[in-house]
Amino acid sequence: MKEKSYVEDIDRSVYDFKDDEKDAYKLQAGLTPEIVEKLSKEKNDPVWMQNFRLQALQIYNEMPVPDWGPSIEGLDMANIVTYVRPNTNMKAKWSDVPEDIKNTFERLGIPQAERKSLAGVGAQYDSELVYHNVREEVAAQGVVYTDMESALKGEYADMVQKHFMKLVKPNDHKFAALHGAVWSGGSFVYVPKGVSVEIPLQSYFRLNAPGAGQFEHTLIIVDEGADLHFIEGCSAPKYNVANLHAGCVELFVGKNARLRYSTIENWSKNMYNLNTKRALVEEGGTIEWVSGSFGSHVSYLYPMSILKGKGAKMEFTGITFAGKGQNLDTGAKVVHSAPDTSSYINTKSISKDGGISTFRSCVVVAKNAKNAKSSVSCQSLMLDAISRSDTIPAMDIRTKDANVGHEAQIGSISDEAVFYLMSRGMSEEDARACIVSGFADNVSKELPLEYAVEMNNLIRLEMKGSIG
Amino acid sequence: MSEKELLNVKDLVVDVEEKEILHGVNLTIRPGETHVLMGPNGTGKSTLGYTLLGNPRYTVKQGEIRFDGKNITAEPVNERAKAGIFLSFQNPLEVPGVTLSSFIRNAVEQKTGKRIRLWEFKKQLEAAMELLDMDKSYAERDLNVGFSGGEKKKAEILQLLMLKPKLAILDETDSGLDVDAVRTVSAGIREYQKNSEGSLLVITHSTKILESLPVDYTHVMVEGKIIKTGGAELVDEINESGFAGYEAEEHR
Repeated sequence: MKEKSYVEDIDRSVYDFKDDEKDAYKLQAGLTPEIVEKLSKEKNDPVWMQNFRLQALQIYNEMPVPDWGPSIEGLDMANIVTYVRPNTNMKAKWSDVPEDIKNTFERLGIPQAERKSLAGVGAQYDSELVYHNVREEVAAQGVVYTDMESALKGEYADMVQKHFMKLVKPNDHKFAALHGAVWSGGSFVYVPKGVSVEIPLQSYFRLNAPGAGQFEHTLIIVDEGADLHFIEGCSAPKYNVANLHAGCVELFVGKNARLRYSTIENWSKNMYNLNTKRALVEEGGTIEWVSGSFGSHVSYLYPMSILKGKGAKMEFTGITFAGKGQNLDTGAKVVHSAPDTSSYINTKSISKDGGISTFRSCVVVAKNAKNAKSSVSCQSLMLDAISRSDTIPAMDIRTKDANVGHEAQIGSISDEAVFYLMSRGMSEEDARACIVSGFADNVSKELPLEYAVEMNNLIRLEMKGSIG
Repeated sequence: MSEKELLNVKDLVVDVEEKEILHGVNLTIRPGETHVLMGPNGTGKSTLGYTLLGNPRYTVKQGEIRFDGKNITAEPVNERAKAGIFLSFQNPLEVPGVTLSSFIRNAVEQKTGKRIRLWEFKKQLEAAMELLDMDKSYAERDLNVGFSGGEKKKAEILQLLMLKPKLAILDETDSGLDVDAVRTVSAGIREYQKNSEGSLLVITHSTKILESLPVDYTHVMVEGKIIKTGGAELVDEINESGFAGYEAEEHR
């Protein structure tokens, strides 16, 4: 029997760079109606939004903190500066973005990504969108891709009002309420009927100011028969002050439409990531989630899909990598509320150096969802004896006429596999990294190339020095 | 045949999980020689193969392994591989996420310490695959994933041909193969010997694979010891009367 592995803390300096704070405007810490009003005024919100924020704040103040998951005691809301605006307005050209902010993105590879002919790049720096560019041919198809603030006031204002926080209501949980009160930034995408967007749209979020929360709102509406792939990547530099991310993603997938939503989250390891994502799928529509969780100190993340129309489908592919000091509670939820709906959840989790990874799945099949099919599979890989991996499946099946399966597997790296790879000249470190990458392979395969490369780099980075 | 010793195993005692499996093995292989290691199942043949390559599950309690003039008893597996020892696994492992082609290319580069040009590598790989009657599509498939038993063995011999080691240990390479596949694999092994002047240690408990290989020495291992060494004629002898006589001898 092998002894407990000693695993070094990894070098995150590649991601942990920060700029000097030069914020034009910063609200005082703590959360009162005055602050929310001030924020709303600053943002020039429509009246309904101003009222919405205040109502959400009230719900927030009345609701208890969740007591069922990883501890969030380290999070002191009174000290979180909820709104930080960078000292730049929205820019349409990369060259117009200030140098220090640009450097940050350069290091994260954003302009390169764009050069590689991606459809559009919207990068969120702290709370405002500073760079936003949709390629002309996509816009010519009638696709709308803009920041939420503009969407609230522009041509699509009614559509935004009709959908905003209707899927994730502020009373869903305490942090949804917080989001409703202080949300800022994010993306709005509308794909008209029958339009198929050939290349993925992507955005990149990161936090810079210490103690700043990020509450971006993403609203995507894919109309009947349309098709879209949206990619969101997140990273944040490391600070000693606890950071909070409580974003919200609402996805509306129309009849026979398809939306693929991919995320690689690599928050710094002091981040509390309390994110809420939800999709509503109409008849014959498909939602595909690809979700990678690498960073953060604590994560609560369970994208939910409501299969509302007959024959609606969801696929969820996820990977979670919990290292030292990380407690990542992730999973997926699905509600089958129509006949012939199907869901397929496939997740992998890796835990290392005392990291805790918990997978929760929740499958609900309503009484009318005849002939529903659901398959849940979770595989965990523990790289040493001090790490932890749990699987918590929940099922609520209300019809006999459904086909539901669940499968969980927990394992460690096989010594024989390491020996086999080393027998062809690979070092032990490379052999182990190779096996972990292989374990994550079905997720990498779902990602666009540059994200797959980034994920593999992250795995290599996390595996550095981890000789058993 | 050269007088130089490629492999020299002296009085090797090996434990697996606290249980002694090899009780003092001596073996010398010179460049270009073909040695056959025979014996009944569970007698320690594969243990010797794994120990020569340095599998950490096998603990050397006593004795020494010298390879190419160097004591490698304490060397890690990958260093032995780079020095030129190759083991064709009895049950090659499946590794998702790495294609057979990129795996071999990486192994060749590890061994030579030089980058190899893609088109040149591809040409060599395809020639070797043709010799082994392997469909070219296997090159881009994940290493051993979903391969049949026969294809896994062929993939091992493909690696042998591409890596050109100084010593190839073939662990039951013929087991589970049909007549045609044995013939193809044997052709691959002969090609290796012809081009690389490599030495062979063929571990087997049958004699199928030996019909087309010229054998220099035959060793019979019973219960963790080499109890008899002879020439090619020993193979025929065992072919006729099996190991019964040796086992009885051991228990006498």
